[in-house]
Amino acid sequence: MTKEQIIKPENLVYKRTKLLTDKVMHYCPGCGHGTAHRMVMEVVDEMGIQAETIGVAPVGCSVFAYDYMNIDMQEAAHGRAPALATAIKRLMPEKYVFTYQGDGDLAAIGTAETIHACNRGENIVIIFINNGIYGMTGGQMAPTTLPGMKASTCPYGRDPKIMGNPLKITELVATLPGTCFVTRHSVHTPANVRKTKRAIRKGFELSYAKKGVSFIEIVSNCNSGWKMTPVQANKWMEENMFPFYPLGDIKVPAE
Amino acid sequence: MKELRLMKGNDAIAEAAIRCGADGYFGYPITPQSEVLEYLMAQKPYETTGMVVLQAESEVAAINMVYGGASCGKKCMTSSSSPGISLKQEGISYIAGAELPCLIVNVVRGGPGLGTIQPSQGDYFQATKGGGHGDYRLIVLAPASVQEMSDFVSLGFELAFKYRNPAMILSDGVIGQMMEKVELQETKPRWTKEEIVKISPWATTGKTSDRERNIITSLDLDPSRQEKHVMKLDRKYKEIEANEVRFEKINCDDAEYLFVAFGSSARICQKSMDIAREKGIKVGLLRPITLWPFPSKPLFELAGQVKGMLTVEMNLGQMVEDVRLAVDGKVRVEHYGRVGGIIPTPDEIVEVLETKIIGG
Repeated sequence: MTKEQIIKPENLVYKRTKLLTDKVMHYCPGCGHGTAHRMVMEVVDEMGIQAETIGVAPVGCSVFAYDYMNIDMQEAAHGRAPALATAIKRLMPEKYVFTYQGDGDLAAIGTAETIHACNRGENIVIIFINNGIYGMTGGQMAPTTLPGMKASTCPYGRDPKIMGNPLKITELVATLPGTCFVTRHSVHTPANVRKTKRAIRKGFELSYAKKGVSFIEIVSNCNSGWKMTPVQANKWMEENMFPFYPLGDIKVPAE
Repeated sequence: MKELRLMKGNDAIAEAAIRCGADGYFGYPITPQSEVLEYLMAQKPYETTGMVVLQAESEVAAINMVYGGASCGKKCMTSSSSPGISLKQEGISYIAGAELPCLIVNVVRGGPGLGTIQPSQGDYFQATKGGGHGDYRLIVLAPASVQEMSDFVSLGFELAFKYRNPAMILSDGVIGQMMEKVELQETKPRWTKEEIVKISPWATTGKTSDRERNIITSLDLDPSRQEKHVMKLDRKYKEIEANEVRFEKINCDDAEYLFVAFGSSARICQKSMDIAREKGIKVGLLRPITLWPFPSKPLFELAGQVKGMLTVEMNLGQMVEDVRLAVDGKVRVEHYGRVGGIIPTPDEIVEVLETKIIGG
């Protein structure tokens, strides 16, 4: 079979979703944000809810998420996305509303907004990208930085005695009555990407059905911040991040 | 038919919000304005008009809820008092930067810091000169009665939507807590989805196939584009300054001296004016209703007529700077103020007028 015979519309099994804009992403090569963006937009596309979806963009590396997602979006101040999303959903209950936030945004400066939106049981989806570091500002320590892990503000490795412990905010919000679905995934292999996408879709469906907050953590890499190649970073993530932040469902609604 | 009621200033704000078709109120309790949230929760407008009322976890969350709701083209408001308004400054700067309409109520108490729960006008600088970061302005309305507390809710929303800019009602603990007769406006329905799309085509109401996606942001890292944005805001502010100055002049035609005061200070000055006039001192009162845009022009005109001006404020001298700028050295301007939650008496104001302005 020739290449021309293979490349035909009827043979197409996968393509770029039209809900991603044509803008070239600013992310570092190998970064998980691009894949995570695509997963969210594929879910919105497949559910046919482009006109019904409002996203809230974060502060941090993904501050320009609204440049890539072809939906109506709002840019929040650092950490405040769950507060914006609360109002959007309350004022337009017929919409699908999600936030997309990194660890500094969600688990440090926005801890209060995160916990209270989760506890109130707002019918929103929170996509939480955890790479254990502040990527945008140059690799400083995050609340999720692992013990011993180096960052520019803990150059000898995070010492919990001095710098405190990493915050497992996902486990924390799972204890709150307002969350309906709390799960942790990654996007570093095709199999994990598919699982993540299923989780995002489930989250959108559950929160739309007024079950409360769907909280989807995606453990990701930061090649630049970790000062590794993409391949090294993914390996390091598997060996170090996953044991501390184990993948899988933490809370699922009763059938 | 118009309805008359005896109401507390804070309650009048809340009732006016329901009646003017507000979509959302997001607040946090702080004395002396907690009645706004309490009244709304007691009235349950979410069962009648559909207005959302939510007690946020903090002032920071409350203003960011307003930010989110305002981005959807909804009529959203918050209220607080001085320390809470300081917490809201981050959000206010973002809302101004993103050019969104909303209403913020500040029932001022004495400060700085935790200060006191008694009335003050110490937040004049914060309200009129910024407060949050960056070059921006708020439309600031200063009510002097419970009636104006009620009326300025719809006026505040009207101006906010006209200019896509946050508006603030700068009140204080006296007006928030006192009871007066108030004529309530008739209840207007909330805007429908179709009306919102028409009135605010920029709002994030869901990207439909007939338009590009709507993005609400205050971010632009390109300095040349950011400069253009700030200059665009400045043109808007100049337009507001040209069109929206509001003030009240009392006994100014024959005035030889002038009180300049806003809010509850202006109410007290009215009594001082009566006492002074009984003594034969021809004194008038100019009461700025918009603190920004500031009534500089009428003050400049009066500067050519009177022999001296006295600003009376419940602060250490804040609005007096704007009055001096307005008169541009044409006439002597002095300030008299009490702070810490103390309200000046009409007699002491007359005494200051006699010693500092007439005899000074």
